[in-house]
Amino acid sequence: MAAAVHKSQRRRLTGMERREAIEAYLFLSPWIIGVLVFLVIPIGMAAYSAFTSWTIINPPPRWIGLENFREMFTEDRYFGWSLGVTVRYMLMTLIPFLIIGLALSLLLNQKLKGMDFFRTVFYVPSVVSGVAVTLLWISLLDPDMGAINTILRSLGVENPPHWINSAQWALPSVALMSLWGVGGGAIIYLAGLQNIPNHLYEAAQIDGANNWQRFWKITIPLLSPTIFFTLITGLIGSFQVFTPAYIMSGAGRWGSPKHLRFYLLHVYIKGFQQGRLGYASALAWVLTIISAIAVIIVYNSSERYVYYEEGREGGA
Amino acid sequence: MARVETFGKGQAVVEKPAFRERKSVRSALHAAFVYGLLIGLGIVVLMPLSWMLTAALRAPGEPVYTVPVSWFPTESFYVQNFWTVLTNPAYPLWRPLLNTGMLVVLNITGVVISNTMVGYAFARLNFPGKELLFRIVILTMLMPYVVLMIPQFLLYNTLGWYGTYLPLWVWSFFGSAFFIFITRQYMRSFPRDLDDAARIDGCSRLGTFWRIIVPLSKPVITVMAVFTFHDVWNDFSGPLIYLNDPQKFTLAIALNYFRISRFSAGVNTTNLLMAAALMSTIPMLILYFFAQNYLIGGIASVGLKG
Repeated sequence: MAAAVHKSQRRRLTGMERREAIEAYLFLSPWIIGVLVFLVIPIGMAAYSAFTSWTIINPPPRWIGLENFREMFTEDRYFGWSLGVTVRYMLMTLIPFLIIGLALSLLLNQKLKGMDFFRTVFYVPSVVSGVAVTLLWISLLDPDMGAINTILRSLGVENPPHWINSAQWALPSVALMSLWGVGGGAIIYLAGLQNIPNHLYEAAQIDGANNWQRFWKITIPLLSPTIFFTLITGLIGSFQVFTPAYIMSGAGRWGSPKHLRFYLLHVYIKGFQQGRLGYASALAWVLTIISAIAVIIVYNSSERYVYYEEGREGGA
Repeated sequence: MARVETFGKGQAVVEKPAFRERKSVRSALHAAFVYGLLIGLGIVVLMPLSWMLTAALRAPGEPVYTVPVSWFPTESFYVQNFWTVLTNPAYPLWRPLLNTGMLVVLNITGVVISNTMVGYAFARLNFPGKELLFRIVILTMLMPYVVLMIPQFLLYNTLGWYGTYLPLWVWSFFGSAFFIFITRQYMRSFPRDLDDAARIDGCSRLGTFWRIIVPLSKPVITVMAVFTFHDVWNDFSGPLIYLNDPQKFTLAIALNYFRISRFSAGVNTTNLLMAAALMSTIPMLILYFFAQNYLIGGIASVGLKG
């Protein structure tokens, strides 16, 4: 319907429609200007700069062709390394946290007294995000004196992990910290759960479905758009871990910071600490392409498991 | 779960009493299990905050790291720490606090004005090219920030904005994809007759937008304002890249600066650091408590309908 109306408009606009279109574009103008200035121009500059030796100190960029990419794949020992760190972190957190968040939301969706209170308790850590949380966890994870190792020792663990100072435990430390904020994801699932109409569960009950069947045949399919949404945003987000990587890698007292050299931190170090903007731009392109491929794979596979109710408004 | 229970009650008329009893025992056990799990997990989740509060209230010279670990409340109650971090002569945090507050206000203003306008056009007006432009909105929504970190720096640097606040707020007046998306989703849910009725009553387009659509959109505006507050308040990489003068720092990078300067001075001031970190989270916590119903309802009604 809407599409048909739309097409007939495209052929010929009446006076009133023309007026509406002009007004619409006036309302849209901030965004259109914004896309051109803050998106199209920078992306154009980025496309060009990736093939130049553009440095902060020595401004006129010099065209060097594919040299940046050659250096990346052959000389830069942190390119593959930081990509590996990012991917390992993603494997550690993306799917596991999705399942934990979902389980927590099922728990919080029980119709019992005091649920609002618990909902707040689990949501608070994700409200308190950013630098403050990283600083808190650096203290908690201190290998000698931190609360976590003190507790582990009192429980009889003789050699508790050295957390951010150790090669093996640095990445799990970051994961542990973000696990603390998993309630933020649970709230999103909770919103999705509360949108599922009651009568479906009632009908299933009449048909003799047990809890397990109701979960797999009703809850999961109807929640799949929400799961898909968090999967995509989580995927994009895990390519861009920066704040904890920056702060924690500077915090290790005797450990090597390279274990927390996430990809974006590597881009930052190359671009802003070493001032090699052209090279950093090339690095950013590679990550963009990798993350776009990952998103497309997830997006295309979504048709198989994401269920959109008929008659529901499609997003795009 | 509980939904099914309500249904069970209606059916109880035909059920035998013994079956009902067994069922109520089962649901009591179920409730006990859920509460047990929630209380246990809740304590674990609150423990870090409890430690943080304890550490922040330690008097100077008192040990912060103790064996066994101390949790709130303890006998130390040195509230002056919060005052010290705000006003100490070496690096007072009141200034970053004000800087951050100013950026939050500018960004919320920009985000609310620009995204309600653009969202309104996508939700309630017809114009050629609408589908194509909306596709661009979706595409830019999926674009990772890393793509823009370097190129936007190139742009802002060329414009001479490095070292100023401009890169940290100007963009907000030009709309952002996610907010356009949720505003559009929300504004689409109002009945079509609204606009027609307003027009018959002689309301101009701008009048309809301002007097009818904007007041109805308060929930989605609140969601945008809270998200923006959260993002700007916690933004670390933006100020880190663009601000070079410690007087201009925002709270997020000032906290790290504070930590590093103490750390290199070799002074053990974890209590002050925790007081500063805790203080930086208080505005977010207050905001959350006021907006929580809006937020949870808002996430449900605007963002995630496919």
